[in-house]
Amino acid sequence: MLLVVEQLLNGLQFGITLFLMSAGLTLVFGIMQVINLAHGSFYMIGAYVGATVTVYTGSFLLGIAAALPASAVCGMVVEIIVLRKLYNREHLDQVLATFGLIMFFNELTRIIWGRQPLFMDVPPWLSGNIELLPGLFYPTYRLAVIGVGILVALVLWLIFSRTRIGMQIRAGASNRDMIGALGVNIKLLYTLVFGMGTALAGLAGVMAGPILAVESGMGESILILTFVVIVIGGIGSIRGAVAGALLVGLVDTMGRAFLPALFRFLFDSATADSAAASLSSMAIYILMAAILVWKPKGLFPAHS
Amino acid sequence: MKKIGLTLLLLFTIVQLSTAATLKIGMVTTLSTKAGYLGEDIRDGFALAIEQGAGTLGGIPVELMVEDDGRKPEKGKQIAERFIKKEKAHILTGIVFSNVAMAVVPKVVRQNVVYLSTNAAPSKLAGKGCNPNYFSVSYQNDNLDEVVGQYVTEAGHKTAYLIAPNYPAGKDHLAGFKRFYTGKIVGEVYTKLGQSDYAAEIAALRAAKPEAVFFFLPGGMGINFLKQYAQAGLSKEIPVYGPAFSFDERILKAVGPAALGVKNGSQWTHDLDNAANVEFVKAYQEKYGRMPTLYAAQGYDTARLIGSALKAVKGNIEDLDAFKAELKKADFASVRGNFSFGVNQHPVQDVYIREVIETENGGYTNKTVKKVFSNHIDAYAAECKM
Repeated sequence: MLLVVEQLLNGLQFGITLFLMSAGLTLVFGIMQVINLAHGSFYMIGAYVGATVTVYTGSFLLGIAAALPASAVCGMVVEIIVLRKLYNREHLDQVLATFGLIMFFNELTRIIWGRQPLFMDVPPWLSGNIELLPGLFYPTYRLAVIGVGILVALVLWLIFSRTRIGMQIRAGASNRDMIGALGVNIKLLYTLVFGMGTALAGLAGVMAGPILAVESGMGESILILTFVVIVIGGIGSIRGAVAGALLVGLVDTMGRAFLPALFRFLFDSATADSAAASLSSMAIYILMAAILVWKPKGLFPAHS
Repeated sequence: MKKIGLTLLLLFTIVQLSTAATLKIGMVTTLSTKAGYLGEDIRDGFALAIEQGAGTLGGIPVELMVEDDGRKPEKGKQIAERFIKKEKAHILTGIVFSNVAMAVVPKVVRQNVVYLSTNAAPSKLAGKGCNPNYFSVSYQNDNLDEVVGQYVTEAGHKTAYLIAPNYPAGKDHLAGFKRFYTGKIVGEVYTKLGQSDYAAEIAALRAAKPEAVFFFLPGGMGINFLKQYAQAGLSKEIPVYGPAFSFDERILKAVGPAALGVKNGSQWTHDLDNAANVEFVKAYQEKYGRMPTLYAAQGYDTARLIGSALKAVKGNIEDLDAFKAELKKADFASVRGNFSFGVNQHPVQDVYIREVIETENGGYTNKTVKKVFSNHIDAYAAECKM
């Protein structure tokens, strides 16, 4: 039973990292209609800058403080130099250009930081485990990640529902021609939204730094899952990103955790291991397919 | 006067050209992608040996051509083809990954070209698929798992839990461990290739309460696993073991204290006490400013093996059979000390268990703990009919 609770927490924590990534991507996709494959690169930039500053200054908080503006500025520069040229082009052109950006950023980190993966440790004040229930120990750092994710979701909700800029962004997501006609500086809005999205990706990156290897190309492994999340949640919808990320995080983790044991009841162990391994890596795609059959536009479509 | 000058100049150029007819060695390796540092170390180790010979290997001037395969079998094939057809190279080397090797090696060795492996040595090329033109200077893939299997058995751990990525090499490496482990296997988990978060697997592992954990997770996957394993507080409770691939000096730098004390299997460590190794470790650190890894040692050994054979045939590799016969003698001072080739032209060598320790300047490295196998022969040698 404790194991189930622990795995639920693991799923929640994974889902929250995915949410930070997909919140930015879904806005960019939903408002600007741009497929941005390079979103993972900003995750990587956040992790690299965060790791470097943390090691240099010895403070994890300074690392976060440096990673956020770094990935936001990189994002806005990319938007101005590259993406502005692509808004009126086909999706294929956007995919090609942003795929090129992935290679550019991977090579750039290799030039600046070398091929050696960077080291980043959990800060001392977040290391160790907390006993949540008798017998259930959970790493403090992962709890902190969950906390930060919930905080970010709240802040985003406040921005979108309570501020003028949030209103404009929502309006942009449902009808961007109209909001332009109403006199909103759509160019500036796009740049801001893009910067906000990449800053969130950078935050996800720097928070993943102590758990994962900070290495060139680390963004690609999470990028595919991020796309699954926004397709499940509905493109352009923050609510959808929350729901999609939690669903994907939980389904993926629970699949990996309990399918092998479940299959061992049914088959002999060798067959069970390989079947469970294959099925658990497919689980989220099966989930995506099922949801798309039921709701072709995702759970919470922005343009309904 | 002018004419004589011109003639002299012409003669001089001809002499220059003929001495400059160097022997070309083609290196297909992985320099880009996350795994790029593996190829970088192999290349640097190899280049160090050439530099020590002042541009020669065994006194024969050589030119090393290096190309990046990007970890893609297709690309590796194209590069090898170009080295052979266009550059007329008779010696190829350098591949890091087994899937690239499987695409390149069988095709290359059919074309009167010698291939020497600096790393990847899949079972298929060691057993029935062995070939007189193929030499593995590194190991046979399973060796580093077999040694851990033997050691974990000797250490008296009665139950073990195994983790590897769900792809052919993952299953091979676990099979290598199981070949020598006699205890009970309480869990055998195959994870997604390239997976970054292992929280679910670690929680399941904790619930299974094994006495030892064995994992094969190369590259970033291993960094992630080790860090998360330590963060879950398990490294103090259940000892973890693995092959050297997750414990080279460059990975250790990224894992940090989480790897301290972990025992791993390898055929080489920087502290092996033989003259060739002492000289290699010192020269490598002086030239590149970092600790050599086992990949660098494999690159260096390969270059020096080629040097020994080139010297014996005086640089004439038109007679490829004579060259191969010299290669097979392995008449060179390996940084591993004991080294010879078995019937399938894979190493017969000692394999060790080493432990991750902290260095004086705050870095991390390995120290040799125990020689587990002496003159170890791989499991596939008997299937090789040459």
